[in-house]
Amino acid sequence: MPDTAPMLELHDVEVRFSLKRAGLFGAVPQLRAVDGVSLTVLKGQTMAIVGESGSGKTTLALAIARLVPVATGKIQMGDVDLLSLQGESLRTHRQHMQFIFQDPYSSLNPRLRAQDIVREPLDRLGIGSVESRNKRVQELFEQVGLRQDQLRLFPHQFSGGQRQRIGIARAIASRPNLVICDEPVSALDVGVQAQILNLLRRLQKDLNLTYLFISHDLGVVQHMCDSIAVMYMGKIVEQSDRESLFNNPQHPYTRTLLSAVPSADPNRRNRGRRITIYGDPPNPIDLPPGCRFASRCPLVEERCKTVDPAFKALNSTHHVACHLV
Amino acid sequence: MAESLLSVSNLTVEFTIRGGVVPVIDDLSFDLGPGETLSLVGESGCGKSMTALAILGLIPSPPGVISAGSVTLQGEDLVQATDARLREIRGNEVSMVFQEPMTSLNPVYTVGEQIAETLRRHQGLTRNQAKSQAIQMIDAVQIPLPDRRVNDYPHQLSGGMRQRIMIAMALACQPKILIADEPTTALDVTVQAQIFDLMQNLQRETGAAIILITHDMGSVAEMAERVVVMYAGRKIEDGQVQDILLQPRHPYTQGLIACVPHLLDKVTTDRPFLQEVPGTVPPLSDFGFDGCMFAPRCDLVRGECWQGKPANTQLTKTQSVACWEFSANNELANA
Repeated sequence: MPDTAPMLELHDVEVRFSLKRAGLFGAVPQLRAVDGVSLTVLKGQTMAIVGESGSGKTTLALAIARLVPVATGKIQMGDVDLLSLQGESLRTHRQHMQFIFQDPYSSLNPRLRAQDIVREPLDRLGIGSVESRNKRVQELFEQVGLRQDQLRLFPHQFSGGQRQRIGIARAIASRPNLVICDEPVSALDVGVQAQILNLLRRLQKDLNLTYLFISHDLGVVQHMCDSIAVMYMGKIVEQSDRESLFNNPQHPYTRTLLSAVPSADPNRRNRGRRITIYGDPPNPIDLPPGCRFASRCPLVEERCKTVDPAFKALNSTHHVACHLV
Repeated sequence: MAESLLSVSNLTVEFTIRGGVVPVIDDLSFDLGPGETLSLVGESGCGKSMTALAILGLIPSPPGVISAGSVTLQGEDLVQATDARLREIRGNEVSMVFQEPMTSLNPVYTVGEQIAETLRRHQGLTRNQAKSQAIQMIDAVQIPLPDRRVNDYPHQLSGGMRQRIMIAMALACQPKILIADEPTTALDVTVQAQIFDLMQNLQRETGAAIILITHDMGSVAEMAERVVVMYAGRKIEDGQVQDILLQPRHPYTQGLIACVPHLLDKVTTDRPFLQEVPGTVPPLSDFGFDGCMFAPRCDLVRGECWQGKPANTQLTKTQSVACWEFSANNELANA
């Protein structure tokens, strides 16, 4: 893989949500949905973020898109400090950073025609002349594999896969550099998933897009990503390039996740019993002092319960936060 | 195969829609042996859940009606059974775990009461007996502190726990058949692994047969012994899981396995594009077409596919497929 410039850099990003105060004079409890996340996404690559529900992966994506407020930290996209943008400059900067949503049923306005949905970002951001925009919409329809006679249809007249194509066309309409894909295929049928994943990869190659790809499906992630970050309870526990992480997972949580995926491949299935973890994750409002995975970890030691493990580098690309590695 | 526990033969379920009457299940037959795990696989809209509802006599009517065929449970035809008899069977001999634990539990009753309800109805236990039995069931599905959880309402439990309560409820009366309709789609993989372990352990203890409805070939490989692949209301292929996974014959089964990015044993830099199954499942109004339903999406499509419904061809003792590609070959072999 050629060395490329970073597209997006995160330093110690923290997102906190205030919860309901306990009593009239009680302290306002804070939930740290994203807790000190640092990562770098390289230009033209796909960085995947995996984790279970409630691990903070979607909140992280929303924070990068500046759709939830970031408490502390720094987000740098190219030479722009994203967190310093306000008002108009933030609005125009969204041109370079677009979002593909999980649910193609609720993320399209049911009262707009497909062409108007795709055209909307062009109108809002004032891209191109008014006449050229219609031509651009036709071009986008072609790119995502929709027919020209579908331009004037409403979202309910499309199938789930076609709606996701409209969502993709809308996302790439403003020629963004970074596209954040939040579970883009998890609401789709298996046969349609492959079509959308192939489309995303083809577009990445043609348009030199950078993806931040959020998913809980490790098979999909393995297929799509160049590098991967595993999140647990708001923290990244392991981060690595694709081959190293899947061939040589280090963190017990990553291993558990990988072994829990049911496999159709008999070789993989025969290799050994899956690691089953019991118990529930800790209460996110009242986190234990040590490693957050300690309560469920099969290899837990005394120090795991008291000391938070540092994020160590195994080599230049593979990092892990575990005392035992 | 030994004596079958449940036998579905030539089952046809028709729905009346605006465009006329269409078969949502079209001439479906399969057998389930005691203690066996059978999986129904297919995309959404292929009639998998409808098959489960037909077995339990829960087809919404109108618009649905079982127009032909039989569902035989130990010699008794459930299609002809009275409502009262079906109520005795449901939850007692055949029970079901629904897809969404959030919506299929009653939010205004404690989970203990909901488990106890089946026990009181079917086994005539008293309120106290049923409650202590419910606590044992909650313990059996590995929820910690069962005697406190029994008084919890569904909203107090996590998604995985709710699904475990559903399983406890379904297994409370030790049914002979457990139908699990996508029991883990709403859950995380680690929780899915726990639920699968649990179902297998309970199956070993109670000897129940399981019908697992899913679209994930990985889950099929993990759980089932036999698989029935459905497409647009019809059975298109069935056989032993390992045979189907290694040598799928029907183009749809092949597509269903190849289009999913499976987790590989050894990851290399080589990443081919996924094989696509073009198009989508046909709308309900197209069901019942006298030809192969898969023809519009198939790579190997040819003349016969549009002209007649392919018959089930027995390839080996255990594997059969409904595809013109194979009926033709068989005729050649027979000639």
